[in-house]
Amino acid sequence: MLKVENANVYYGKIHALKDISLEVNEGEIVALIGANGAGKSTTLKTISGLLRSKTGSIVLFDENISHTEAHKLVSKGMAHVPEGRRIFLQMTVLENLQMGAYTTKASEVDALIEDVFERFPRLKHRKNQIAGTLSGGEQQMLAMGRALMSKPKLLMLDEPSMGLAPILVKQIFDIIKELHAAGTTILLVEQNAEMALKVADRAYVLESGRIVLSGTGKELAQSDAIKKAYLGG
Amino acid sequence: MSLITQLIDGLSLGSVYAVIALGYTMVYGIAKMLNFAHGDVIMVGGYICYEIMVSAGMPSILGILAAMVVCTVLGITIERFAYKPLRKAGSLAVLITAIGVSYFLQNAAMLIFGSETKTFTSVVPSFALAIKDLSISGLTLVTIVVSVVIMIALTLFIKKSKIGKAMRAVSEDKDAAELMGINVNSTISVTFAIGSALAAIAGVLLCSTSKGIMPTTGSMPGIKAFTAAVFGGIGSIPGAMVGGLLLGVIETLSKAYISYELTDAIVFAILIVVLLVRPTGLFGKKINEKV
Ligand SMILES: Nc1ncnc2c1ncn2[C@@H]1O[C@H](COP(=O)(O)OP(=O)(O)OP(=O)(O)O)[C@@H](O)[C@H]1O
Ligand SMILES: [Mg+2]
Repeated sequence: MLKVENANVYYGKIHALKDISLEVNEGEIVALIGANGAGKSTTLKTISGLLRSKTGSIVLFDENISHTEAHKLVSKGMAHVPEGRRIFLQMTVLENLQMGAYTTKASEVDALIEDVFERFPRLKHRKNQIAGTLSGGEQQMLAMGRALMSKPKLLMLDEPSMGLAPILVKQIFDIIKELHAAGTTILLVEQNAEMALKVADRAYVLESGRIVLSGTGKELAQSDAIKKAYLGG
Repeated sequence: MSLITQLIDGLSLGSVYAVIALGYTMVYGIAKMLNFAHGDVIMVGGYICYEIMVSAGMPSILGILAAMVVCTVLGITIERFAYKPLRKAGSLAVLITAIGVSYFLQNAAMLIFGSETKTFTSVVPSFALAIKDLSISGLTLVTIVVSVVIMIALTLFIKKSKIGKAMRAVSEDKDAAELMGINVNSTISVTFAIGSALAAIAGVLLCSTSKGIMPTTGSMPGIKAFTAAVFGGIGSIPGAMVGGLLLGVIETLSKAYISYELTDAIVFAILIVVLLVRPTGLFGKKINEKV
């Protein structure tokens, strides 16, 4: 479904991604883990077109999207929930969802909004509230709900559990599993390596801009190097 | 003249300032830049209307429409060629470019239309509305009505329409908007287009009131409207409207009752006081600096 080959991304002189290659197959949950500054968010931004790789290629559904503008990728089935949620704080919950449906057929929007409200009932009660006044957990739900409005085939989540209480983290991971069960392919970036490796079919480990390990979620969860570095023992 | 007449004249001038200030504030909100060439787009609008209406003798409505079309194209062109390449550059570079575009437009107008003042005939047929001993000129009335209609229409457009919502999304977070499938570049173009079309209308109304046009016609109203936008809180749509109206009224009353010569000084003194008390202007939101 998605194939990144040999990506090199720079911020000015900083070489943030070094020869990154990774693959996500239809129906998988793939996790991307690594320490702060490893290049996880940079990888997602490169895939979604916000950043450009100097080399290699990115292929989505057999189409080379290396030079496709970010906004055109939404209708090709890609949705990216960025780090820090990035919801529109001055717009209402409903307007945020409408923005998520910017490229969706108008006739489908109402049903999709109902779907999101069913999945996240707390948003329904707050639909006319300004998004900036939502709690952190509600904002994360809105960010995910907003991404679902484009009916993505590939959903990329950048640290969806960041800053949330354990009970909410569990809730978010339950939703990830539900979405996956419903047929959505997921590329998940997480600091919470333990949780991420548990749900992931496969995972990649990033270290200073390079992929240093990859394998199934299980394999990595049991690898000594990973245990030491990310699982606290 | 009575106080009421002065107030009405002030509202008329202020509503034109408000329409121009909307252009400044919308562009600032979405592109985070001060488009100092905005005032000169007003002047171009005035000249286009002049050429169609006075030189070619065609109906004034055609002059207004032509001015709007030309200014819309001009606004999009300026953004595309002067500002877009600088989207990631520092704000100082953009500011200097905007000032450069402003001089470019003034000099181009001087070359094409000459530097002398030309007599502009009002686009509104002369009539007056008399209520008791109060007489309001048709132009004043039309100016207020047109401006109010523009303000209401624009507010509804930004609040309710799909493009209007996209404009708000882009002004909040360009990357997030892009991830929603919003074409940020074309949304910015639309913003310049709307602001410039409004500037054309403002230009025609201003020249009709002042009865003259020359290449620097747009400078002072541009600066005043910019002041109004800052006064109301730059980036805020209601702020631009209230700021514009207030500025027009203050300016007119001060000319009538305090001093004609000192008026501009008074207007700017008030601006300074407002900014000292409320640095973000009357309606300005606290700016969350994001890096
Ligand atoms: N806009 C930027 N300008 C310059 N350098 C940047 C920029 N964004 C990221 N970097 C650098 O690129 C590297 C990778 O950053 P990235 O945000 O991808 O890391 P990350 O793995 O997502 O980290 P975190 O877990 O903290 O979110 C870091 O060294 C970071 O300092
Ligand atoms: Mg990150």
